[in-house]
Amino acid sequence: MSAVNRERTIVLWCPDWPVLAARSATQLPTGIPLALIDRGMVFACSPEARHLGVRRGLTVREAQFRCTDLVVLAYDPALDRRAFDPILDGLEEITPGVAVLRPGTCAIRARGPVRYYGGEPAAAQAMLDYLHGAGLTEARVGIADGPFAAEQAARRGLPGPGTAPTVTGRLEPDPGERIQRVRIVPAGESAAFLAPLPVSAVAEAGLGTLLARLGVHTLGQFAALPAQDVHRRFGAAAAQAHARASGREHEEIVPRTPTPVFDRGQDFEPALDRIDQLAFALRSTADAFVQALRERTVVCTAVSILVSTEDSLLTERTWRHPRWFTASDLIDRVRWQLQGDGRADSGLRAGVVRVVFSPDQVDAVANHEDGLWGSGPDERIHHALTRVQGLVGHAGVLTVAIDGGRLLADRQRWLPWGDDPAGSTGNVSARGPGGFGRPWAGSLGGLLPATVFRTAHPVTLVADDGRSPGVDERGTLDGEPRRFAPERSVAGSAGPDLRPVLAWAGPWPVLERWWDTAAGRAVHRLQIVDEGGDAWLLALDDDGWRAEARYD
Amino acid sequence: MSIPLISVANAPALPSGVSAADRVSELQARIHGMQRDRWETGGRAVSGALAGILPDGILRNGVVYTVGNSTSLIMAVLAEAGRDGDWSAVVGLPDFGAEAAIGCGIDLERLVLVPSPGDQWLAVTAALVDALPLVVVHPERTVGDAEAARLGARLRQSGCTLIVAGAWTQAEADLRVTGTRWEGLGSGHGYLSGRDLTVQVSGRNGSGRRRSVMVHLGDLASPGESFPARSTALGDAASTRSSRRRQPAAG
Repeated sequence: MSAVNRERTIVLWCPDWPVLAARSATQLPTGIPLALIDRGMVFACSPEARHLGVRRGLTVREAQFRCTDLVVLAYDPALDRRAFDPILDGLEEITPGVAVLRPGTCAIRARGPVRYYGGEPAAAQAMLDYLHGAGLTEARVGIADGPFAAEQAARRGLPGPGTAPTVTGRLEPDPGERIQRVRIVPAGESAAFLAPLPVSAVAEAGLGTLLARLGVHTLGQFAALPAQDVHRRFGAAAAQAHARASGREHEEIVPRTPTPVFDRGQDFEPALDRIDQLAFALRSTADAFVQALRERTVVCTAVSILVSTEDSLLTERTWRHPRWFTASDLIDRVRWQLQGDGRADSGLRAGVVRVVFSPDQVDAVANHEDGLWGSGPDERIHHALTRVQGLVGHAGVLTVAIDGGRLLADRQRWLPWGDDPAGSTGNVSARGPGGFGRPWAGSLGGLLPATVFRTAHPVTLVADDGRSPGVDERGTLDGEPRRFAPERSVAGSAGPDLRPVLAWAGPWPVLERWWDTAAGRAVHRLQIVDEGGDAWLLALDDDGWRAEARYD
Repeated sequence: MSIPLISVANAPALPSGVSAADRVSELQARIHGMQRDRWETGGRAVSGALAGILPDGILRNGVVYTVGNSTSLIMAVLAEAGRDGDWSAVVGLPDFGAEAAIGCGIDLERLVLVPSPGDQWLAVTAALVDALPLVVVHPERTVGDAEAARLGARLRQSGCTLIVAGAWTQAEADLRVTGTRWEGLGSGHGYLSGRDLTVQVSGRNGSGRRRSVMVHLGDLASPGESFPARSTALGDAASTRSSRRRQPAAG
């Protein structure tokens, strides 16, 4: 009896958890049919949508056909987990040792709560009351031997052998039908409870189909097979499924470890308005932050720094580190965040009253031991570049990557040293699919210029008749460029000395985003070689000719 | 360069000649070593057209080269560092064309840029030469002898090669593009597809022998495979010419 008792498990199940989480995140009112889409298929849907025929696994189009006012959102697994965390925190206050099976479902070893609340029904009721209080009115509780049986008990709320087994997550909500929220399978009867359930409840699709072909349709039939033979014929995964089906589960419930809070903050009273004072005062907090992480054998690779100032402004910025943050790195980041351009002598606009360090990403210390940084910059180079960042500011030291684009300056993407390439742009779609290496109609071919002006500067280009050649509506030049000077002639003063143009070609039109008035761009490009031997790439926009790049 | 070739060619026939040639080259190296009046740290061997440009065909460690007026030439030198997987930095060149750099063979993942260091350029350069083996700097102002000597001492200590895009007082060699011939561009048609550079090289402080070398940019960009690079460039030019009215399409 004691052996069975040890396996008694309480499982709490919130039906449609992804929908609940998405609804609370987007603050959609209840009653609107909602479907969550994962890779073009319906992943989960609200009871209202289900009532209208939307099912998991439908395509979006089919779901919208069945329910025309369906609200479609993308499924976000991270949101699921995040939204479940506060519920877990609350549960842990009434009973310890909560293990998350998946977001929306958690298991608790029954022995403790049952003793505390004085019986299984009372314990189940206590947890259900808490979940109802938290707004999860649909939540159910199942108690059985082992997590699998308990979860099945929670999902199949209606007691009695006559209940038609419903497929996971598709319980039809019928207001007239009273679904019992608590189902307790007595000790030792789990196998009998599981016997009528379909074999698909325990086996994955491939094994389920195979078993069905062999004439094994229910868990009872599956459990009746000798365990040894199942293992030998179908492998270890099937053996585990067999153990579950026969109610002899050996899985331990591993309670989750509550995430330790590493955030460290410091208040300043009176407010500090000098950076050196602040850096000095923050030193111990930064040390404590790094030390607390190290005691857990983790290091912080990205940190959010929150700074509150006297004029009740709150600035938050996430900083990444190519390796991991030490205390002095943290103080550098605070300095850069406050100084903006990072020059050492600029003062603060308002006094700082509070600084909080909050780790954004942590990683095991073992991954950052020396010598495991083979492909990245070694430590010496990193230290030197950090020193340079101290001189010219965080954004003063750059690495460069080539992106997609038509104008040369668009194709270069500058990243401050230490910033994550994906994270800092925040716009993954702008780089991934349309990036470097893809054909960009209208981009420059042939020889590439070694000097690409960050801001195209105005130049003078003169045709035979002394005026600047333009481009007509057919896209041809209305005068042959004859002379050129790399600066703009100023009215009233003597013009720049013009050099003859030896060779030229163009114009090549670049028309971008003509549908967007703000970001649209229409330029005509021209390559010229002047008498000095320099070759230029010029672009004609509304303000006249500009030098986009120089071949030197 | 010619000695090993001769020795290999004559190896089966004249075994005694081989040893003689080897001995001559060894002796010459010893004489050369004794004649040196300053401490040499060696250098990295460069390939392709740069070998014909640089004095002795190597890029010395711990010295300063000046490159007068050509970013392409700077990129060709930077590409040499990338070939060995070394890091390099470019200070004070905000208009550095990254895409052309890739074409030259520079590994952008090992290139760091400090585009606008302002007044701090000398301090930034000094910090970088301690750690990186190759640094390019565009001086914001002319530096005095004392500052140049201080930086030179630091360079010798760290073995970093400094390429100055501009003037410098104590440079190992000065490279300057004196002429360019462009390929592929006509009057109103074509496409820039290649270039021939005439590079003038002068030795220490302008005192050394001054000579001009003609290089094709394709050779600079991809040394070791200069012939295919040249033929590709010509092929591009030909195709551009034949379809010269087929201009890049509008976006």
